[in-house]
Amino acid sequence: MSDQSLVENHNAPKKLVVGWFSFTCCEGCLILLTELLNENLDNWKKLIEFRHLKALKTKNQIEGLDVAFVEGAISSPDQEAELLKIRANAKHLVAVGSCACTGRPSATRNDLLNAELNYKVLWYFKQFKYNDKVKKIADLVKVDAQVPGCPMIASEFIKAVESYLKLYKLI
Amino acid sequence: MHSGDITIENISKIEGSAGLKVTIQDGQVTDLKFIIQDYRRFYTQVVKSKPIAGVPAFLSRICGTCSVSHLFASLEAIEKSQDIKISEQTRILRRLAYDALMIRDHALHLYFFMLPDVLGIDSILDIPDDPNDFGHTLLHDSFDIKKLGTDISNTIIGAAIHAPFPTIGGFVKNPDPSKFAEFIDRLEKIRPQVIRGIKLFYDWKAELFRNSDYLCLRNNDHFDFLEGEVINSDGKRVAEEDFYKFLKAVVIPYSQAEGYVFSDTHEDYLVGSLARLNLNLDLLHPRTKADISQYLNFFPSNNVYDNNLAQAVEILQAVDDAIDILKNVKINPEEKPVTKPVKAGIGVGVVEAPRGILYHMAEVDDKGMIKDYDVIVPTSQNQINIENDLKKFFQENLDKEEATLKLEAEKIIRTYDPCMSCATNFLKLEIIRK
Repeated sequence: MSDQSLVENHNAPKKLVVGWFSFTCCEGCLILLTELLNENLDNWKKLIEFRHLKALKTKNQIEGLDVAFVEGAISSPDQEAELLKIRANAKHLVAVGSCACTGRPSATRNDLLNAELNYKVLWYFKQFKYNDKVKKIADLVKVDAQVPGCPMIASEFIKAVESYLKLYKLI
Repeated sequence: MHSGDITIENISKIEGSAGLKVTIQDGQVTDLKFIIQDYRRFYTQVVKSKPIAGVPAFLSRICGTCSVSHLFASLEAIEKSQDIKISEQTRILRRLAYDALMIRDHALHLYFFMLPDVLGIDSILDIPDDPNDFGHTLLHDSFDIKKLGTDISNTIIGAAIHAPFPTIGGFVKNPDPSKFAEFIDRLEKIRPQVIRGIKLFYDWKAELFRNSDYLCLRNNDHFDFLEGEVINSDGKRVAEEDFYKFLKAVVIPYSQAEGYVFSDTHEDYLVGSLARLNLNLDLLHPRTKADISQYLNFFPSNNVYDNNLAQAVEILQAVDDAIDILKNVKINPEEKPVTKPVKAGIGVGVVEAPRGILYHMAEVDDKGMIKDYDVIVPTSQNQINIENDLKKFFQENLDKEEATLKLEAEKIIRTYDPCMSCATNFLKLEIIRK
């Protein structure tokens, strides 16, 4: 975690304010997060405010995030705009899982040859305003840290969470 | 009386992204759209011309939560295309892994997504840190249940999400049986917690009745998520290979997924736990039946909320089946996957994913490359049924406030346990020509 300067002008919050966002992917990283909650929720609730976590709550907010965890790759202009909004609202952004970090496997459609982009695929592209190519997160915004793996490597994710808790002097 | 449009941009506490738009004019629901918003990845297109060996692991990436379902359906489709007969050890280990999937996946839905609706709160994050609080007890039940499902998955197939051990013809690595005794012990320990969850959903007074047709796999010998024929409420039986012909795909222009109706009647139908309990109640494990007989009288049920009770029952079914397997299975650590020279062929794999019938079809050429691939997922099959349920709900409750209508509509959708990641990967493309 390299962005210590961002913290120096910031009063350490009582809790780390976190958001989780899912773009085009299988959401396996999110499912793994729900598994990690089996053993960590009791402790994390004392240290972390989950301000945006659509899988677990209805009332979600994007504003004022310390850390945005982003899974999935970017498929459309709408998703690009959403990602830019997340970046603007988060002090730190972590790309989580293979699709966010590398684009793949969600971006494997980029490998389709023109001949394979038949009218059937193109119908979806046009109907739902797809980008021609699927992009990884770092193609569009600054990424402060990455948690690789498909799904994300659990121990790396916990390390990332703990590093931000330390950065904000919460542990 | 409500009039005008009701829109829910993002339905929460489900897998993936979906919205709802309802138009009400002059006291009538004139339009209702359940809109699946996840973007397609075109994986069934991507696998064409690829060697079969890597296809099941790749297609498990269709969905994080039911990845094991996609993996096993794909393995079955490809094995059948190659006339590969798996060993009894492989068959029983897949069944055990599948029990573990059901335990983990159903518990995620019931406790993390549905429990707040039962408790009348927004989120499990709002449950107090008080061991005397009932919600706290249930939440910690869920941790024990989910973790055990995951731990069994880790041992048998290498991971709960995108499992590395299963391969075409068997397992690249056989499980270490030294942990089996511990698993049996933990499964016995969670049984009372699982039964507490069954009682919770039995007692929950939530109702939406609509006559539906149901569709699921049935194995006449035992309650089975992996093997059997497809049956419907009328007792019609369809072999796995003929399942596709049985259905008619319907393009829904505002949704990134297709819907399905019966090809002959064009009527909607429901797949998932409720369908399985309605049609396979007699096949439940004897111990499951004996210990929760007082909670089974709702089945067969046309109350869509009983899908939750059915899932809770299936957790116990999976627990009891897993205990039997762990007590009796003998692992030959030397067993290797069955292999054959590649050949041209077509194979179909139909399994019960946690959310219902999942169909994979693989057509392989004589070089062992995928020539064509098709997938039909449960949420696509349920999409039209969900819309028809919601239409009925809105029509009958237009006197309620908009906030109440929205909350209740979200509950109905959540009850189906829909999975948008699954619903948007496939191309029933011949339909688009219409």
